[in-house]
Amino acid sequence: MTAFTNIPKYIEDLLEKQTATPSRRDFLKTSGLLVVSVSASAIARPLAAAPQSAGPYPDPDFRQLDSWIVIHEDNTATFYVGKTDCGQGTGTAFRQMMSDELDIAYDKTTCIMGSTDITVDQGGSGGSDAIQTDGWPMRRVAAEARRVLLEMASTRFGVPVDQLAVSAGVITVKSDPSKRVTYGQLIGGKRFNVALTGTNVDATTGVAKVKPVQEFKIVGQSPQRYDIPAKVDGSLKWAADVKLPGMVHARNVKPPVAGAKLIGIDESSVKSMPGFIKVVSKGNYVAVVCEREEQAINASRQLKVNWEKPATASFPSSEDLFKYMRSATPTSSSNPNVVGNPDQAFAGAATVIDAEYDVPFQGHTAFGPAHATADPSNNQMTIYSNDMKSYGMRTGVATFLGMPRDKVRVVWMEGPQGYGRTAADDAGCEAAYLAKEIGRPVRVQWTRNEETAWDTKGPAFTFKLRGGLDASGNLVAFDYNAQSADYNHLGYNEPDTVLIAQLMGSRRARPAAGSAATPSEMYAIPNRRMATQVVSLPLVWETPLRTGNLRDPNGPQSTFASESFVDELAAAAKADPLAFRLKLLTASTSDDTGFKRARSIAVVKAVAEAYGWDNRPSPKPRGTGNILTGRGLAYSFRNQTVVAQIADVEVNRRTGHVWVKRLVCAHDCGLIINPEALRRTIEGGMLHSLSRALHEEVQFDTEKVTSVDWISYPSLTHTDTPEKIDIVLVNGDPNPNRPDLPHYGAGETVCKPLIAAVANAIFDATGVRLRRIPFRDGRVLAALKAAAV
Amino acid sequence: MSKITLKVNGAAHTVDVEPLTPLLYVLRNDLGLQGPRFGCGLGQCGACTVIVNGVATRSCITPTSTVKSEITTLEGLAKDGRLHPLQQAWIDEQVPQCGFCQNGQIMTAKALLDRNPSPTDAQIREGMARTLCRCMTYYRIQAAIKRAAKVVA
Repeated sequence: MTAFTNIPKYIEDLLEKQTATPSRRDFLKTSGLLVVSVSASAIARPLAAAPQSAGPYPDPDFRQLDSWIVIHEDNTATFYVGKTDCGQGTGTAFRQMMSDELDIAYDKTTCIMGSTDITVDQGGSGGSDAIQTDGWPMRRVAAEARRVLLEMASTRFGVPVDQLAVSAGVITVKSDPSKRVTYGQLIGGKRFNVALTGTNVDATTGVAKVKPVQEFKIVGQSPQRYDIPAKVDGSLKWAADVKLPGMVHARNVKPPVAGAKLIGIDESSVKSMPGFIKVVSKGNYVAVVCEREEQAINASRQLKVNWEKPATASFPSSEDLFKYMRSATPTSSSNPNVVGNPDQAFAGAATVIDAEYDVPFQGHTAFGPAHATADPSNNQMTIYSNDMKSYGMRTGVATFLGMPRDKVRVVWMEGPQGYGRTAADDAGCEAAYLAKEIGRPVRVQWTRNEETAWDTKGPAFTFKLRGGLDASGNLVAFDYNAQSADYNHLGYNEPDTVLIAQLMGSRRARPAAGSAATPSEMYAIPNRRMATQVVSLPLVWETPLRTGNLRDPNGPQSTFASESFVDELAAAAKADPLAFRLKLLTASTSDDTGFKRARSIAVVKAVAEAYGWDNRPSPKPRGTGNILTGRGLAYSFRNQTVVAQIADVEVNRRTGHVWVKRLVCAHDCGLIINPEALRRTIEGGMLHSLSRALHEEVQFDTEKVTSVDWISYPSLTHTDTPEKIDIVLVNGDPNPNRPDLPHYGAGETVCKPLIAAVANAIFDATGVRLRRIPFRDGRVLAALKAAAV
Repeated sequence: MSKITLKVNGAAHTVDVEPLTPLLYVLRNDLGLQGPRFGCGLGQCGACTVIVNGVATRSCITPTSTVKSEITTLEGLAKDGRLHPLQQAWIDEQVPQCGFCQNGQIMTAKALLDRNPSPTDAQIREGMARTLCRCMTYYRIQAAIKRAAKVVA
């Protein structure tokens, strides 16, 4: 046996077993891991361990090819990648990219993701970087595996590599195709033993070069997502479904008001309840542990706890939030980003317009509240979790519990709606802490009210905007000022910011500064100033108004303000909103290395064409019936992905109800891996922002969050759904056929412009400019009445 | 605790639980039927939906002892190894993003189509209105229901 110990032990064992027994099927049956299916196209990751497999769990070495790819004797391949999926089907895309580079049929591959002892640390998911960043090392290691296999075949047949052909995992000699060998015959069940290089995992590479885009066969096709069948037939085991021998159930008991101090617990209030095991408490953290789930629920409701309210208000009420934010002294301010001479330009402008925009706190309100199961056996800790950053959770839990990292592992399993919430997961640390206390596997599940009140929030924003037009209606000066309530923005599974640590009184000395965003557009405005500030609410720790990354963090807020305001300026110039934007985009020819200006122009033109846009200013002449209709355009980018959207709305002037009837989106993310999966990701992302535009707002009094369920924190429903969504996938690269066309991220960019597109459509329909979301019926009706619509 | 017999997906099971235990926990934890999911425990989101007597029922707020008729869960929709037309439509339309809500979507749609095999767009929207999805896959769900309706009608 070769003495590599730095590839995952799981893979080491796998290869040993494969060598010992020819059948992969036998191995999977006897490996002690429950596996749903042994077919190569199914998900073959371990779903739930029986007793915890013996550790330790060292970090898999990304500089070993064997850590990434295993070729089996039956000429199938398994890809091991350090990513997780939030539901966009990235695993399918990874398989497409790696299959193409390896030259193996897509349906002969599987992909295993995100479990810290099995897959190299690529950070899990976040920032829409799966394809854009992590796809590159995946492509390179697969290309390297292909190179090594070709060399092996070259030795076997005694012909140079350039006289070999490879297709679908079979290598043939070009001059004599009867000479053929499969990948499985060459290396099935054995190690590559090939070292890779790279200063970090993103830079991982072998000697081989990746293929030119033109040689891809599977990339650009739309194989169905491999994870979907098990999600619709009920067979998928999610992180929420883990059951372990001896497992018990826990529920938290949160302070009834923010910042409350625990005075005492009357354990006798629950001691005689069936199944009761223990009340676990430290600082202000309280949980009840029982044998059965419903027993834990009942006990957590019944437990009598004495809390002392804080002496002063923890925050302004949600009604007073924006007033508070505008008068607060910032905790930090950015250096203003100044182009030209804005003051002089405003002084000389023919028209100057000012506007203020407001965005409330909005929640993740994940569809399934936080949950995790932790197993403390063998003096180690395994956490079964849907944490999108499972690797960060492992480090966070190890530090939080004071355990060596190699005694802790996180088994990633699917879960509800990541979108940033599970980057700042709370349940993993809680389950691990409780499991250590109880000495048995513990499953923790938050309640709906707990999740909606206490999950991480997207920060509230206030904006002050000013624009100056010259006598010809050209935008000559622009002043953007954003302020966010983002102080103490949470990190990823940090042992000193995770909620259980806060409640236990363990917290970092210096809270994170937080941030506020500036607009992402390529408008050539000769004079502009952009500045941002962060403000703090009175209560900094142990607050339900904790901020964290919410899908496209800060993007929907800042783009709502900036792209609405650009529409206000277009209206003031009596210009068509599309023509006004195109003029700003084409006013300069300077571009970045990703050709973002050229691609912005292409995308804005594409959305207009797909919609059937006719040139006229907004608002349109007001209709006479109860239903007023209008159209609105907005555009933005995130990193190198560029998006433009048009919304068609119906506004009911009697009720204030807004229905977005049609959405059109033009989307350029460079090289597309799976067009159909991309379309669905775009649809979901747009509607997520539509939910934020129409419904979502965290409400609170001065001591607690009061929007705690789906009635008080409404979300988009089937009845809100547009009747038509049109998506145009654009490749606006000036050299669209270049062999190195990059693949950029998707999943978040579409969240950016949507709210502004809706606001602009409402203005087009009614002539009323709404500068605060959400556009709930009552707020819209009040605005219509105030404007005598 | 008391013994309660439940008929689920064609098989009878006897469990020993507190009679008021919500059906969801008995299905998931005692019978190992984890298609129905916990989303709110308040009957607001639909994640826990099962079909009882032809009615889409929120098992998270249904006391186990009150269930007298046969229960169908997501695991019980396929017949003779063939997916229900709704499940097949869900795959054909590639509906799910994360997929956590889809039990509720599929089971609610099943009860809807059983009642009305050829629903109009408005009837689909109305019939599905209280079944939430936070990945906002509504557009594809509605398309999948229409696709399945063509098969079952």
